[in-house]
Amino acid sequence: MAAITWEVAEGVAVVTLDCPGAPVNVISQAVKDEVYAMLLALERDPNVRAVAFFSGKADNFIAGADIEEFVQLKSAAEAEQLSRDGQAMLDRVAQFSKPIAVGVHGACLGGGLEFAMACHYRVATDHPKTQLGLPEVQLGILPGASGCQRLPRLIGARAALDIILAGRSERAAKALRLGMVDEVVPPSILRDVTIAAARRMADRGVMLRRRRGGLMGLLLDGNPLGRLLVFRLARKQVLSQTKGNYPAPLAALEAVRHGLTHGMAAGLQREARLFGELAVGDVSRKLVQIFFATRDLKKDFGVPDAPSPAEVRRLGIVGSGFMGSGIAGTAVVQAGVDVRLKDSDLPRVAKGIIAARAIVDERLTRRRISRYEHARLVALLSGGDSYAGFGGAGLVIEAVFEELEVKRQVLRECEAILPAGAVFATNTSTIPIARIAEVARRPEQVIGMHFFSPVARMPLLEVIPSGSTAPQTVSTAVGFGRRLGKTVIVVRDAPGFWVNRILGPYMNEAAHLLLSGVGAEDIDRAMVRFGFPVGPITLLDEVGLDVAQHAGEVLEGAFGERLAPPKALAAMVKDGRLGRKAGKGFFTYRGGKKGPVDSSVYPLLGVQPNGGIPTADIVQRLMYAMLNEAARAVAEGVVHTPRDGDIGAIYGFGFPPFRGGPLRYFDDQGADHVYADLSRLAERLGPRFEPCPAIVELARARKRFYP
Amino acid sequence: MAFPNGRRVAIVAGCRTPFCKAGTVLKDARAVDLARHAARELVERTNLDPAKVDEVIFGQVVASPLVPNIAREVSLLPQFPKEIPAFSVNRACASSNQAITAAHDQIAQGHADVILAGGAEALSDIPILASRRLSDILVTASKARTLGARLATFARIRPRDLVPVAPAIAEPSTGQSMGQSAEKMAKENRITRDAQDRWTLRSHQLAAKGTADGRLTAEIAPWLPQRAGGEVVVSDNGIRSDTTLEQMAKLKPVFDRRYGSVTAANSSPLTDGASAVLLMAEDVARALGYEALAYIRSYAVAAVDPGWQLLQAPVWAVPKALERAGIQWKDLGLIEIHEAFASQVLSNLQGFAEKGWEINEEIINVMGGSIAIGHPFGATGGRLVTTLSNEMKRRDVQFGLISVCAQGGMASAVVLERR
Repeated sequence: MAAITWEVAEGVAVVTLDCPGAPVNVISQAVKDEVYAMLLALERDPNVRAVAFFSGKADNFIAGADIEEFVQLKSAAEAEQLSRDGQAMLDRVAQFSKPIAVGVHGACLGGGLEFAMACHYRVATDHPKTQLGLPEVQLGILPGASGCQRLPRLIGARAALDIILAGRSERAAKALRLGMVDEVVPPSILRDVTIAAARRMADRGVMLRRRRGGLMGLLLDGNPLGRLLVFRLARKQVLSQTKGNYPAPLAALEAVRHGLTHGMAAGLQREARLFGELAVGDVSRKLVQIFFATRDLKKDFGVPDAPSPAEVRRLGIVGSGFMGSGIAGTAVVQAGVDVRLKDSDLPRVAKGIIAARAIVDERLTRRRISRYEHARLVALLSGGDSYAGFGGAGLVIEAVFEELEVKRQVLRECEAILPAGAVFATNTSTIPIARIAEVARRPEQVIGMHFFSPVARMPLLEVIPSGSTAPQTVSTAVGFGRRLGKTVIVVRDAPGFWVNRILGPYMNEAAHLLLSGVGAEDIDRAMVRFGFPVGPITLLDEVGLDVAQHAGEVLEGAFGERLAPPKALAAMVKDGRLGRKAGKGFFTYRGGKKGPVDSSVYPLLGVQPNGGIPTADIVQRLMYAMLNEAARAVAEGVVHTPRDGDIGAIYGFGFPPFRGGPLRYFDDQGADHVYADLSRLAERLGPRFEPCPAIVELARARKRFYP
Repeated sequence: MAFPNGRRVAIVAGCRTPFCKAGTVLKDARAVDLARHAARELVERTNLDPAKVDEVIFGQVVASPLVPNIAREVSLLPQFPKEIPAFSVNRACASSNQAITAAHDQIAQGHADVILAGGAEALSDIPILASRRLSDILVTASKARTLGARLATFARIRPRDLVPVAPAIAEPSTGQSMGQSAEKMAKENRITRDAQDRWTLRSHQLAAKGTADGRLTAEIAPWLPQRAGGEVVVSDNGIRSDTTLEQMAKLKPVFDRRYGSVTAANSSPLTDGASAVLLMAEDVARALGYEALAYIRSYAVAAVDPGWQLLQAPVWAVPKALERAGIQWKDLGLIEIHEAFASQVLSNLQGFAEKGWEINEEIINVMGGSIAIGHPFGATGGRLVTTLSNEMKRRDVQFGLISVCAQGGMASAVVLERR
């Protein structure tokens, strides 16, 4: 079946792209062939004076190039050729003898935007789903079908780099302001306006646009010297953000620069060559794997033959503290559900609602919602000191104090008032779900939902069924987690679940290093260079030392000496150094901003920084501590697949995405190497590094986590 | 029965915001915010499926030009389906009575099964108008075609045009303010200052008791602060448990400083607040599993010449309602009389007594009245229906009466029955 069809009316060929059997349009080889065929036919058709191009999908224009084709690429040369092919097709579009106008509604990304830019007039709808952007660098590549050339020529180097280097997409209003599109109209008249534009161009010729941008535009984009400054600043920014771990933004920068300096043809050539190199590079491969893993995870409800999730229209939240209010605000903003908060007294409830509202306010401040939408969302938040309103809740999430009896009491109270089918979810990081569910009358409707803090920002959610949780309950919890915009992994009800379980030994090892005299800043610097967003010592301060201590004790209680946090850390908690929230921890804080290491920490811990050890040793000790525990947890079935484990680590605590996750990292190191290194570390530092049976077995059988 | 062909209408539940003196804790809320709060909390408390609501009717006296139909904004709460029609009514201080009786008629006639009725007023947020000349100039300027013409129009503005106009609580037909009318009634009906102050004291003491024992607070949906550091309001803030006759005696009369008797104490204060009442057809309430607090037995309205005794119309409305109910004054077990002014309450009671009706203060305003609790014009009727029906249930009283006087020389009376 053809993806491209058209009909000619009054001199305008109205073309529709509708990739058969797919939810969105992507530019595949087949589509490219059809584009060529279409252009040839339209060129020859004397009745056609202009072309108006649309998508046949409901809320999607073109999502990008076909990634499935992209992953088949074997060599840089092959990838370069793919880029050249795309460029050639779009050159044909741009040079077409008859004017082409596109009407854009829905996502217009990557290859889709490159196509739209090659056309002669762009109309976009003012619908929130209409987004235009070039997200290629997020997959470790660059816009390789002339995007690095066309965008800066369309909107100026500065604005183009903003979009290309961050892989960002813009809403229609912003796209209009930047000059990415020529007009923004309501969806109802997109077709008419686009066709009229096509006809106008046929009558009067293609209008040359004057680039906007004012004086700054002239000073920075309009002359070589200004551009030099722009590129230098952009490069600096990229390096500070990527720490040199991601080659794509720098390559894209180079493609843009080369094109603006040496002309379009040379730019295209450079763009294709760089695309070829990136496409088969390790970083891109890893990022694409994560892309696919995340996509697959969205369809996986963590139980076989998952029933479809129950629709949750009203959410009850018990406990309006930091977690509860974070969940409330996120639920309102992301899922638009009615939220009822309950806490023991009204001032607490009020505080929770105000905190939740701040999350909604932020959307308004960032102009993501109108003030009318803001008012509607705010009206979804309410609360009280009784369970009034819980009778209509499809899901209750409790986020009360981490104490078994308190949580059990809340469960009992909720069961008394909730409708029969409602799910009771407990937000805990340390208490086994089964222990809480013991007191339930309907244990099959009790489940764990482990949110990460701050809820509005952290992308991961661990869903934890107990032994008696029903599949329906699991899929409802997972489905709701997705509506909250979270990436959800379903994990086993074992102490620490997945994320904290593997983070525990990593944090412990950081503390061991600290106590052996390695400077806190050295440890952090090593791990940030490795690719973590923050180092472990900073993370301790952020999480709170008391919280970390409690989590550590739970893991030690469950798994013994192996996961015991160094005892000296208790001195920090005793001294009131709880981290950022207390205004003092390992680092100093002034006015909410983190300062240098608090030097009085070392005497408190009874150590003297001694210059420490090589960075590689820091990384090895921390990572291997994590890998050893991760392998053990995988063997215990804490995560269903290595995919879930890697995604959990990446979204849960920022494991460097370009390394693909801890289990991919393990595979890259090789089981035999990990085994050997762990054995050496165990000899030197103690039995906590003793390779776990799973690693012994992997090394023996020369196996990997991933096939 | 008063409505032999209609369905009986049940009062299922009611709730309200705290009533707070204008310019105090609720001063940042708009009437619509208060109305939505009361409505929403009523839905929460009753666990009502919002899709069951057929209509929303709200009363308001001083409507904001920005929210001309407050009821529709209530029915557009995100908890409700967007397809619930809504209208707003204004029968002055009896506006929420009007909302409730209109709801009654819709249900009785079978046009609706479930209606959310109530009222709201934010006297902290009354619309301040521009002078007529200034608005004329602004309108002309907006039509001007050139900058020059526009500037020329603006040049006509004189300083006195910039003085804003605040709506007064005065009769458009007579120019008499409410207070002046109350003063007139006190004089013509020979209601003494002492009697007024004693009624006022009674109102505060009973309201304080009703608050302390939780009967009044039970009908209040606490107002939560909108900003950090704000206070949670759980009860009405005009009730003074510690006031004394001596303290009140010190106050100067406001409307007639020489011979007057109406003071700030023995008048109801300007108040912010909202109320909401859930009404259902008797059979529908039963089918949905709700137990009615009371049923509406009858109602009546009446009006007198505003130039005579502005607030004396209850003396006409109440007999009509009783007659329609087919009962007599002595059958009433509880009575709620709106207290705009103590002089008005005592005038009304005097009027009732002149009909040969025995006045038993034991059953009148048993939790105080508007003087102590406050009087957000559009919301008072909803409060009275809520208070009365709850208390009828507590005391298992068969018949109860609500009597509300209103601006324009009007009054509304409603008879409730328990079974």
